[in-house]
Amino acid sequence: MPSFVIQEKCDGCKGGDKTACMYICPNDLMVLDPNAMKAYNQEPDQCWECFSCVKICPTQAVEVRGYADFVPLGSSIMPMLGTEDVMWTCKFRNGLIKRFKFPIRTTPEGQANAYVDLKGQDLESEFLSTEEADGYAMPVPQATV
Amino acid sequence: MALPNKPKGETKAVRDPEIEEREVDVLIVGGGMAACGTAFEVKKWLGSDQSVLLCDKAAMERSGAVAQGLSAINTYIGENTPDDYVRMVRNDLMGIVREDLIFDLGCHVDDSVHLFEEWGLPVWKKNEEGKTLDGKKGQKMGTLKEGATPVRTGKWQIMINGESYKRIVAEAAKLALGEDNIIERCFIVELLLDANVDNQIAGAVGFSVRENKIYIIKCKTMMVACGGAVNIYQPRSVGEGKGRAWYPVWNSGSTYTMCMKVGAELTMMENRFTPARFKDGYGPVGAWFLLFKAKTLNGLGEAFAGSDAAKAELENYAPYGTAAITPTCLRNHLMLFEMKEGRGPIMMDTVTALATLGKTMSKKELKHLEAEAWEDFLDMTCGQANLWCAQNCEPEKKNSEVMPTEPYLLGSHSGCCGLWTSGPDLDWVPDAYKIKADNGKVYNRMTTVNGLFTAGDGVGGSGHKFSSGSHSEGRIVAKAMVRYAKDHADFTPAIAQSNEELVDMVYKPVRTYLDNCDYTTAEDINPNYLKPNGMMYRLMKATHEYGAGTATFYQTSNKSLEIVMDLLQTMREDCEKLAAGDLHELMRAWEIYHRIWTVEAHLRHIQFRKETRYPGFYYQSDHPGQDDENWFCFVNSKYDPKAGEWDIFKKDYIKIIPD
Repeated sequence: MPSFVIQEKCDGCKGGDKTACMYICPNDLMVLDPNAMKAYNQEPDQCWECFSCVKICPTQAVEVRGYADFVPLGSSIMPMLGTEDVMWTCKFRNGLIKRFKFPIRTTPEGQANAYVDLKGQDLESEFLSTEEADGYAMPVPQATV
Repeated sequence: MALPNKPKGETKAVRDPEIEEREVDVLIVGGGMAACGTAFEVKKWLGSDQSVLLCDKAAMERSGAVAQGLSAINTYIGENTPDDYVRMVRNDLMGIVREDLIFDLGCHVDDSVHLFEEWGLPVWKKNEEGKTLDGKKGQKMGTLKEGATPVRTGKWQIMINGESYKRIVAEAAKLALGEDNIIERCFIVELLLDANVDNQIAGAVGFSVRENKIYIIKCKTMMVACGGAVNIYQPRSVGEGKGRAWYPVWNSGSTYTMCMKVGAELTMMENRFTPARFKDGYGPVGAWFLLFKAKTLNGLGEAFAGSDAAKAELENYAPYGTAAITPTCLRNHLMLFEMKEGRGPIMMDTVTALATLGKTMSKKELKHLEAEAWEDFLDMTCGQANLWCAQNCEPEKKNSEVMPTEPYLLGSHSGCCGLWTSGPDLDWVPDAYKIKADNGKVYNRMTTVNGLFTAGDGVGGSGHKFSSGSHSEGRIVAKAMVRYAKDHADFTPAIAQSNEELVDMVYKPVRTYLDNCDYTTAEDINPNYLKPNGMMYRLMKATHEYGAGTATFYQTSNKSLEIVMDLLQTMREDCEKLAAGDLHELMRAWEIYHRIWTVEAHLRHIQFRKETRYPGFYYQSDHPGQDDENWFCFVNSKYDPKAGEWDIFKKDYIKIIPD
């Protein structure tokens, strides 16, 4: 299901040095046409339909059209990624619309505790740093052959 | 450090790229779950005088198998024991696994899951009445670490709201490692052995897919975790839909190829995974079986998996087939049997499942259940949700077809191919599972090349790690690497090849293109070179027809293997003439090269193992059935980089955990 970019909505991320869809695509598919200043998917048959570009686009210019070889036309699914939830609008070929809201994270973005000040003590042991700090009791096999 | 993106037209490849040289103690190759685990853990142990660098082919925020999200964490030990975890994995993988690695993983995996929850990943909980609470509501029950009860689907899996799973994990990894120690859009393509010390890793070479630049990185120790191998067999969808691979389409076997090419021993490369998934969209079926209690029906509407005929067939594969949980390959085997007998297609009976659940539920609960079914897709396989929309398929009204996919190679899901690595240096681990480095010490998850480590899909013989296990394995490796670097503080890596030689190697497809592209009027068709796209189709056709692909219902034979080996040999020769006009194409050129080597290892192993260990995943028609007397052992192989020769041999399986 390759992503596509809507002419009218794409502003090439205003000529910034980092286009959102190019930055995020895990398969290096999204590129910017420097003359038109619009992005496009350069290799649609290698698109995993992960929706990373759709979710990150600041102007909602990227959508997805189902793979030509097995997806009938007329449907769409569109995410709106917030800071706590993702809202999905799922439109059926027959016009039926379903909307879903799912939580995505419980903490403010950018504030994951990376334990930057934690220093491991015993490099020769099998404990991971947080296990060591917690005084974790390492299991051993209950019985061996 | 995220590089500025350059538009197409500016990414045209040039003959002579810029060279950037780096030297670090610890190099992390990859940016997925395993590499994020390493990135989180490594600085906790690193000395102030030691350095680290991570290279990711993509952007860590959405790279690897979890880029799209996940609807569950498939390995959480919780109230279970690592002993039972070993038993489950061993049975699913038909008896031959590295029990030391699996047990060790079982000891550490929960710590990573606890961190994910702390970082903000919503984990579903059960309240006092046994009802499900998701998202922030789940937090009212406390955290898993504090003993809250997760929502299990099956014994080992817990449900999450996982759309942002990778973003959350990558956030912590990047904060822990520091932006200055990360190069994104850097595709490492070859590992480099030390010029002076035998069988010692010394560095790696790769290139930027954003600018004409080659990275030559020296290191004392390195971890390679670039996932498994996808698009190596002709997929069931061959048009646009071939991007809709079940596993991430960008996984190109780089882990296996790069490590084997410096002489690291491989194990169980004959193992593969052909998951049964919703047809074409490849959406997950696990929640349908386990959470919604749905059954699969054959074309006649029979629940074939529970039939007497199925039970009799499973008895042929005792004790695995008769265990409480039927191994994944045998579940496929039963499905394929129905299809071959003309009793297809196989349908997931979603209608009955939801109607049955609905009988005991309020309207509100039923509505929530419907949302859960959709979330299962939207969190990890968005395209399947769209396929249902396009087909006007509401699961409560219409059943959906299930189909086994094309083959995949991996070591972290229900598969176990990969590198032969050292187990932990603990009393209960057999000596044969400990790899001693040059100094006589044992480093957990080190390959047979000194200083070279792997994790996640890279570690062979140890399936069912999934996302959480891959993360914790990456952390295990982080500590082992720092210890290795400290123990080898006096070692100064030296690379045998000159910078010029390395550039010649990495940019060869660019130069082939530039030297020849003017000869024809259409750049893609030229007798002097082949574009990576064409080579990809050649590989897929060969494996599809001869290498136990879907064309033959996953069957191969001695003669077919002989033919495909010849085809692979010519492919490798023709890879010398791969051509790339821009940096994206250069990436594709190196990916197909990696895929071809990985497939060769896979098929050499299948050729060597003269039995059918994994019916449902593949069939060796000249050697049907299992032959425990001769083949209850690992198959390992080693490519000798100096001689350019393969060695393939049996390795003893050692049972550690009793039945």
